[in-house]
Amino acid sequence: MDIGKILESLVNNTRTLKRVSYVVLALTVAIDFFISRHHHVFFWEDIPGFSAVYGFISCVLIVVISKALGHYWLERSEEYYND
Amino acid sequence: MIDWVHPSFFLIFGALLIPLFKGRVQQFYVVLLPALSLLTVMLMEPGVHGVVNFLGFELIFGRADKLSLAFAYVFSSAALIGAIYALHVKDVSQHVAAFVYAGSSLGATFAGDFLTLFVFWELMAFASVWLIWSRRVKASIEAGYRYLLVHAVGGVVLLAGIIILYVTTGSIRFDALQVRDAAFYLILIGFLLNAAVPPLHAWLTDAYPEATVTGAVFLSAFTTKTAVYALIRAYPGTEVLIWMGTIMALYGVVFAVLANDIRRLLGYHIISQVGYMVAAVGMGTALAINGAVAHAFTHILYKGLLFMGAGAVIQMTGRSKLSELGGIYRYMPVTFVLYMIGGFSISAFPLFSGFVSKSMEVSAAADLHLTWIWLLLTLASAGTFLHTGLKLPYFTFLGDDCGARPTEPPRNMLVAMGIAAFLCVFIGVYPDWLYNMLPHEVDYHPYTATHVVWALQILLFTGLGFFMLVKHLGGSPKISLDLDWFYRKGAGLFMQFVYRVVVPVEDWFIQVYRSVFRGNLALGIKGLWLDKNVIDGAVNAIAAVVVRCAGALRQVQTGQLQHYAMVMVGSLLILSLYSLF
Repeated sequence: MDIGKILESLVNNTRTLKRVSYVVLALTVAIDFFISRHHHVFFWEDIPGFSAVYGFISCVLIVVISKALGHYWLERSEEYYND
Repeated sequence: MIDWVHPSFFLIFGALLIPLFKGRVQQFYVVLLPALSLLTVMLMEPGVHGVVNFLGFELIFGRADKLSLAFAYVFSSAALIGAIYALHVKDVSQHVAAFVYAGSSLGATFAGDFLTLFVFWELMAFASVWLIWSRRVKASIEAGYRYLLVHAVGGVVLLAGIIILYVTTGSIRFDALQVRDAAFYLILIGFLLNAAVPPLHAWLTDAYPEATVTGAVFLSAFTTKTAVYALIRAYPGTEVLIWMGTIMALYGVVFAVLANDIRRLLGYHIISQVGYMVAAVGMGTALAINGAVAHAFTHILYKGLLFMGAGAVIQMTGRSKLSELGGIYRYMPVTFVLYMIGGFSISAFPLFSGFVSKSMEVSAAADLHLTWIWLLLTLASAGTFLHTGLKLPYFTFLGDDCGARPTEPPRNMLVAMGIAAFLCVFIGVYPDWLYNMLPHEVDYHPYTATHVVWALQILLFTGLGFFMLVKHLGGSPKISLDLDWFYRKGAGLFMQFVYRVVVPVEDWFIQVYRSVFRGNLALGIKGLWLDKNVIDGAVNAIAAVVVRCAGALRQVQTGQLQHYAMVMVGSLLILSLYSLF
């Protein structure tokens, strides 16, 4: 089958895609309660779903901190170095 | 009887013959050279080859052990993939420059002494700058000069370190440095500059986005990873590198948020990724060093793939900014899918190559109980997926339709991307192929249930965060300041300071001087006569001779840095040819 058509049908079914994604997200956390942990170094490795929370917080932190740095300090017009 | 051939031989000297061929024959020859180089590496026996005595120095051109062979393997593979990607390019000088660059990188990898390393190190800088200049627009010419000047400074620092090392120890062997003297730190600074460790990193994100479409693919592979190799060789277990690398990993991520140019965004992620490797070199354990080598290996392949995808978009649309792109997946679906394989690989999704390599470095941090390092490196890997796997492809291929109607790039570009994509998945599915090449015995199993679930949670919930914030993440037509400000704007401001403050102050002093010492004027007049008739006479005679010599010399002086660079590269080539035979 044509790659273009597969992509097109995915893009046209964003609602289904969204629902599937939520189920997958829930599943990855749910599985975490059932897998056995053998050896660990850090205490948080024993907390099911910890990395889901950490991943989400990381993402938000990176965006907020970087955008703030850009807005208040680093961003300039594209002509800045040509003036 | 030749029992050993240097793989750079094909790339550096073979490249000089490219202009002799035309059309299909030339294309065949351009693929043949890196293929021969790769074959030479694959067949190479471990050991020390190519030892030459030169002016009392023992130069080692071929130290082949597991470490140098692993890097040589991936460098020559990258040269082959890059050559296929560039096959349609008619500008022969770009092929020559790319091969001399790749060959020098291999030369540095097999160097067993600092002098040989230095010669190839400099040759890399001079060859690679052509790949930036060859775009032939004002921004590229300027960025190329800055790139060359920064690397020239780095080269001088490195050379100073090597000379001090030779004077103090009498040896130029390229091995782990033990004594923490001036040589230790100068050579380290030279290496860190090429590895693009902040604050010595701005040359990378300044110049790479201005290179040619095919040139940037070569640039992404060699300079920083050769420096990682050099760090592994000379500075394993140097603890300061752990924090430098971790800060570097975060630095790249923060600036990637602000980047609007797609290749600048990818450039910041080179810095971020090399940060993991630098940190791992600092940890220095067997797992960490294996991780650094494995990560460099996989990184060269997927970063090349990402630069090839971004380059294809730039070539086919003529646009390079997120704020001007969007919705082109309909017209370039194959490019999009191949790019995404690179995106999943760099983000370390299970079954892709980043998962089996980057995780070794993070595990090495856990084994050493480096809590903060572990947390920050994990945070940075969320950022990697956020930008390279989500933001860049979303706003380039998906998102709002930008109006561009490109087609897929030429077939050779897709083939090169396909090869890189295949290797990314192959290593992800069958990591033992890579693990067998690593310098230390590998006792590491990436595919455990906890590790897979852990990685999926981090990545998928980063994805959730992305789609919640997606409205704020599009590119904006702005640039962000980085430390290149100091030599792009700072130098100008310094000159203004000189004109507006230093010069008036000096004038004032001269006024004071004149009024105070007026009494000595009579004495001064006598002095002036002596000065005019005796001293000036002698000076004028010397000057006349100098002017005549300069007039003769001026014939060969064009005042263009490109020509000087060519003379230097030429001389280096002759020197290395002399030392090889």
